[in-house]
Amino acid sequence: MTQPLLSVRNLTKLYGPRIGCADVAFDLYPGEVLGIVGESGSGKSTLLSCLAGHQTPDTGKVIFETAQGPRDVLQMAEPDRRRLGRTDWAYVHQNPRDGLRMGVTAGGNVGERLMAVGARHYGDIRDKATDWLGRVEIAADRIDDRPRQFSGGMQQRLQIARNLVTGPRLVFMDEPTGGLDVSVQARLLDLLRGLVRDLGLSVIIVTHDLAVVRLLAHRLMVMKSGHVVEQGLTDQVLDDPQHGYTQLLVSSILQV
Amino acid sequence: MTDQAYNFAYLDEQTKRMIRRAILKGVAVPGYQVPFASREMPMPYGWGTGGVQVTAACLTPEDTLKVIDQGADDTTNAVSIRKFFQRTAQVATTEATSEATVIQTRHRIPEAPLTKDQILVYQVPIPEPLRFLEPRETETRKMHSLEEYGLMHVKLYEDIARHGAIATSYAYPVKVEGRYVMDPSPIPKFDNPKLSNSPALQLFGAGREQRIYALPPFTHVVSLDFDDHPFEPSKAPHDCDLCGAGESYLDEVITDDQGGRMFVCSDTDFCRTRREEGHVGRLGEPQFSSKKIANSFEGICAPEEAAE
Ligand SMILES: Nc1ncnc2c1ncn2[C@@H]1O[C@H](COP(=O)(O)OP(=O)(O)OP(=O)(O)O)[C@@H](O)[C@H]1O
Ligand SMILES: [Mg+2]
Ligand SMILES: [Zn+2]
Repeated sequence: MTQPLLSVRNLTKLYGPRIGCADVAFDLYPGEVLGIVGESGSGKSTLLSCLAGHQTPDTGKVIFETAQGPRDVLQMAEPDRRRLGRTDWAYVHQNPRDGLRMGVTAGGNVGERLMAVGARHYGDIRDKATDWLGRVEIAADRIDDRPRQFSGGMQQRLQIARNLVTGPRLVFMDEPTGGLDVSVQARLLDLLRGLVRDLGLSVIIVTHDLAVVRLLAHRLMVMKSGHVVEQGLTDQVLDDPQHGYTQLLVSSILQV
Repeated sequence: MTDQAYNFAYLDEQTKRMIRRAILKGVAVPGYQVPFASREMPMPYGWGTGGVQVTAACLTPEDTLKVIDQGADDTTNAVSIRKFFQRTAQVATTEATSEATVIQTRHRIPEAPLTKDQILVYQVPIPEPLRFLEPRETETRKMHSLEEYGLMHVKLYEDIARHGAIATSYAYPVKVEGRYVMDPSPIPKFDNPKLSNSPALQLFGAGREQRIYALPPFTHVVSLDFDDHPFEPSKAPHDCDLCGAGESYLDEVITDDQGGRMFVCSDTDFCRTRREEGHVGRLGEPQFSSKKIANSFEGICAPEEAAE
């Protein structure tokens, strides 16, 4: 039987007296896409940033299946965790400005992770960057433009290319389609779906948007006030919600 | 107020001890930026207060001090720092690289090989080589401590993407003993090879930024590059017009308003020494003894002065 890629237990993060997220537990298997939904303030971003090591939770375990076997990420030394962050892991921010270097060309943005893991051949770096720009549907002749000269959708696609270029196994995404026009969202979703399928990525994706999870996520976790109130296969949760809050959430989108 | 009101070399002993501790730490961890409590000096920051404080902490009454700015001993900046230490430390001064025991410099490494009896003190405006792409100090400190230097190559990548070659020609980043990435201060990259394996002690002081770092003698220093765009220490493809040197770093000097120009050694002591040894360049005069580039122009226009 395959091991989970990521095993989360008992994860709690408090902001003083306020709950960020509480007692979260789940397993993520290789190649799986887990959606996290919930209203604003329900703890989705807090959970994601604790998983990715950007914040330190108060309690819990985050066990990742590394090349050397399962390791609790929270117990790792910081250099090891940061190394994980630029090799096996990737993090796509909602706002491309948080995930891109705005003063650096598209090629430099994509090449940074390659250089961070030791690439020292300019021609190779540029070839890989060109290839990845193509995969996210950015024309090769934009390689020397800065992200500022790109539309919001292009910036987000550039951020995805920059993250995926080193072949990560686990991708965290916080509202990757938020803040984009509906038609741009749809195109980005198609692209993401293709990449996830072609690369066999494991993904944890946070979103408000049930349409996004329906399209991308194999499994779904519903959060409210920092707690996971329901989780299961996406279709099951959406078509036959058990928890009252999930029922509300599902019905509110059906009304649209 | 008389000069006697100052402690030797201006700074009080406690401050000098504090600076020496930072220097020792820098020597112990080559290329690492050591924070220190920079003092107000009686000159503006742009005038090399970091270098001045390091020099003050190193000087002994027996020292002979040389101060250069862009290779020249006679610029306003170099002259005023030299005068400052003549007044506050009464040390001997010199323009001859070989006679100096402490050399404070801005923007150059002397051409003459340094020895184990010399200390070279650099004035540093911005000590952080990663600042260009990562303005957050907390983040750059972490990058240094975790040896995360991918960003440094992003800077070089950007150079090649924009200019077709690594266009960085000053403050060209180096890696020290395979560990810390360091800004060698705005010396031309032509000087970078001289950073490595020097018998002299090299100290770097940044006043406004409150950092000191060091290269102990015989430290291995490598300029960063790409496999397919190797580092090249370039200079103008000319010989010095005064002394004929083919291997020294040259300044281009406009000589008249008809577009006349000449290339001269930026290291004025090196150039003078060569001319005194009898070397003559395209526009030079034999046995030139003037100390100053400015005088050398007069020399060209008025040969009788050159014979003095
Ligand atoms: N840095 C912080 N300091 C204090 N409280 C915080 C902080 N960040 C988040 N919180 C609180 O933690 C709770 C969860 O916030 P979080 O940002 O994780 O929610 P979210 O589900 O991502 O919301 P949204 O959909 O609006 O992005 C909220 O009550 C929020 O106010
Ligand atoms: Mg959020
Ligand atoms: Zn010369």
